[in-house]
Amino acid sequence: MMLRLAPVLLVILLVAPILAGLAMALLPAFGYLPALGGESLTLAPWRALFAEPGIWRSVAVSLASGLIATAVSLAVVLLYLAAVTGSRFDRWIRRLVSPLLSVPHAAAAFGLAFLIAPSGLIARLASPGLTGWERPPDLVIVQDPWGLSLIAGLVIKEIPFLLLMSLAALPQLDPDRRIAMARSLGYRPTLAWWKVVAPSLYPLIRLPVFAVIAYASSVVDVAMILGPTLPPTLSVSILAWFSDPDLDQRFMASAGAILQLGVTATALAIWWGLERLVARMMGGWIARGGRRRGEAGLRVAGKLWILLATAIAFVGIGGLAINSVAGFWRFPDALPGSVTVTHWARALPALAGPIASTALIALVSTLLATILALAALENEQRTGRHPSRALWLLYLPLIVPQIAFLFGLVVVMEHLGTRPTHALIIFGHLLFVLPYVFLSLSEAYRRFDPRWSQLALTLGASRNAVFWRVRLPMLLAPMLTAMAVGLAVSIGQYLPTQLLGAGRVTTVTTEAVSLAAGGNRRVIGVWALVQACLPLAGFIIAIGLPKLLWSNRRGMQGAP
Amino acid sequence: MRAFSSRLSAALPALLLTTTGLQAAPDPADWEAVLDEARGQTVYWYAWAGEQRTNDYIDWVAKRVDEQFDIELTHVKIGDTAEAVSRVLAEKQAGNHDEGNVDLIWINGENFATMKANDLLFGPFAEALPNFALTHPEHNPEVVTDFTLPTEGYESPWGRAQITFYYDSRELRGDSRELLEDSDDIVTPPQDIHALLEWADANPGRFTYPRIPDFTGSTFLKQALIALTDEDEALYAPVEESDFVAVTAPLWDYLDALHPHLWRSGRQFPATGPEMRSLMGDGELTLAFTFTPSEPAAAVADYELPPSTRSYVPEGGTLGNVHFVAIPYNSPHKAGAMAVADFLLSPEAQAHKQDLAVWGDHTVLDVGRLDDDGQALFALDQDNPAMLPADALQRTLPEPHPSWMTALQDAWQARYIGN
Repeated sequence: MMLRLAPVLLVILLVAPILAGLAMALLPAFGYLPALGGESLTLAPWRALFAEPGIWRSVAVSLASGLIATAVSLAVVLLYLAAVTGSRFDRWIRRLVSPLLSVPHAAAAFGLAFLIAPSGLIARLASPGLTGWERPPDLVIVQDPWGLSLIAGLVIKEIPFLLLMSLAALPQLDPDRRIAMARSLGYRPTLAWWKVVAPSLYPLIRLPVFAVIAYASSVVDVAMILGPTLPPTLSVSILAWFSDPDLDQRFMASAGAILQLGVTATALAIWWGLERLVARMMGGWIARGGRRRGEAGLRVAGKLWILLATAIAFVGIGGLAINSVAGFWRFPDALPGSVTVTHWARALPALAGPIASTALIALVSTLLATILALAALENEQRTGRHPSRALWLLYLPLIVPQIAFLFGLVVVMEHLGTRPTHALIIFGHLLFVLPYVFLSLSEAYRRFDPRWSQLALTLGASRNAVFWRVRLPMLLAPMLTAMAVGLAVSIGQYLPTQLLGAGRVTTVTTEAVSLAAGGNRRVIGVWALVQACLPLAGFIIAIGLPKLLWSNRRGMQGAP
Repeated sequence: MRAFSSRLSAALPALLLTTTGLQAAPDPADWEAVLDEARGQTVYWYAWAGEQRTNDYIDWVAKRVDEQFDIELTHVKIGDTAEAVSRVLAEKQAGNHDEGNVDLIWINGENFATMKANDLLFGPFAEALPNFALTHPEHNPEVVTDFTLPTEGYESPWGRAQITFYYDSRELRGDSRELLEDSDDIVTPPQDIHALLEWADANPGRFTYPRIPDFTGSTFLKQALIALTDEDEALYAPVEESDFVAVTAPLWDYLDALHPHLWRSGRQFPATGPEMRSLMGDGELTLAFTFTPSEPAAAVADYELPPSTRSYVPEGGTLGNVHFVAIPYNSPHKAGAMAVADFLLSPEAQAHKQDLAVWGDHTVLDVGRLDDDGQALFALDQDNPAMLPADALQRTLPEPHPSWMTALQDAWQARYIGN
């Protein structure tokens, strides 16, 4: 009974707040906001929005950076998977990439910015010896008007996510057998992967890809650090309008939030069109039956790009680490003139509270999300029904831009008279944690060999016993991975924490963002490292625990 | 646990409320009663938290008001004051008129003007605070004026800010070889707006200002406008009353001439004042400015700026203003908030705040009119070469009417944001 309610509960929990939040953005977008004296419906906010200087350029940059970042990340991941089929290279790079998933977007963006800026790490290492620069060159690199550095920042963070999602989906395709078959027909291994595995893999990772498009086209924090500025991306502009001291701007901000929804929807629609196009081209390529051409190039590219992206991310984080202990660091010195623990010593006393809040919120929301996801999946197994269509509504929070509904949601919560508490924030986080947990867990759960359960049932075990004693232990590794992803998602949340908590609940992330407003890179370095380390702990547990528990059963230790 | 009990105590008076929402607000005239009521209250103070020193000072205030008045002060750290304004607005929108989350806001200028115009503030209370008299508003009208608007007791003064320029003396004096070659004739920093243009011309890419609508950047626009226009009086009345295009024409001519010599040739601007400071630290700029006179010295101490940093106020003076604290109309802890606002005005708190080792924010008290003990608290602390000379802040220009800021921001964005 309870189980049967799980999918319904899931959908209501996720969909209702988003629709309510959107409605509260839609009304002011058409001029209705009684608290500010807007009592009639009007198109004035839209006129103001479209009269805003640079608005179309903002829209274009948001759209393009979302699509290009997704295409590049996906290409790098697929190239990599194709290039390493059946090689050892695969293992260690995977170990390198997974922890990157736990690095918050903002921290990775700060790292990248410091790496590539004209006064950044690379320029310092190369100057003045190679470049002759005594002072930083006056070059536009970070925050370039075309959004290239923004795209780069998004790519290094989306690669780990798409890789993890692909790795979770791959086993059910049984790629080794497909490739063996193709190779027996004379195809080289990498080409074989592209021709027989990739076309079946893509539909399985389509939702994560959509989530990446939605995220990349509406991201705020990364765009503030790396994105163009005159004008900025649409999402950054919207945030600025929402926080403009002139309260009349809120009407236009709400219209902007609705426009953002449209931009993200357009990006998804364009992607959908591109899918058709690529499918056609791939179809022709596969049908022509080439067995060797391009193999070597694809192999090299597959390893090169992912290594480059991973290396950039790690060196960027390394740069932040150096900053967190740096004394004054004059350009073009390769290293700071002095090393100091002042920045850490200052931050440490303030760390305890935020870390406790962060851990509490992340653990509870992840636990709740895991229980709900397990319940929905178990219900699916027992009723033997096909995954309910309504379940894709679950991904709504990933597709609808946060900035479009969160401000409205705050008003809804105020109307309901809820006070900002940890519970409200946990609920807010659940909106984002649940889809990711479900996304990471569902494939493993659905492809779980039914014969195990059938065997247990024939031995007289009850259905509950099968769940607790067979399915759950055997799925421990994917479950812990899903939980680690959930923790990372929760820890990285800024807007939901700040808005639903009325700023009263400080987490490591809210603290990091508010200190980032001060622009002190040394302090940012300290907090970014702390922020990155917390989810890392989750990943270490997720990988280590199965190995520890099942040290005598190699097959149970889990892949990643 | 704490959150829960404060929730209960906040809910109780709400139960007794009539529908009018006219809660018996504490009357600051009866100060003893206010302190009685304040005892045991938790005050949520929404304050910009981008600066570690400010946060540390607020922590110290929290400790002191707990000891003195048994008030639990919580610093709600925000990246932008407008977040707090949004919160109060959302509450008003939802009909939450007496159980707001915000008890105290660090505020001034536009945010204050907006909140006051939309009836989001509690007051008047400021002039009834016992320590308020120490500011001697009759001699210091700026403590009761916020961007030309009279505060009318709706906010209580807390500190002073003034545009202060700072530069890397090593670069400016030409200690570095490269500079000796191309600009050895310019050794003093520019002292007025025309000298600034010449300096930027001689030192391309070494100066910039924060991107509009940033607060510090907008202040630079106003500063330049005051220096360039002949119609100064027009700036102190609402912008609608004058010919905006005519008054600001010299400003746009000036900026058009200046931008090609700026950092990134004026195609990019740092987002905020702190970001500009970090560009100074990276050696990308030689000259910059801030709204917090003590910031350069503090940043040297925090290893952000080179020890060769020096500050100055140009000869014609710069814009300056007072920053305040205000209480939202729906705060459930007005008594506690008033007690905190009063403590912030005490000579003890003001002197501690002005201490360069703590924060370095200038006092709003009329130090010359304090008694000897009070004056002794403000005795100048140790010499710091990056610090401004004590008399430099005398040359303060008053802020124009707030409507000018918005008009200038819109015009700047229309002119310089690419389509």
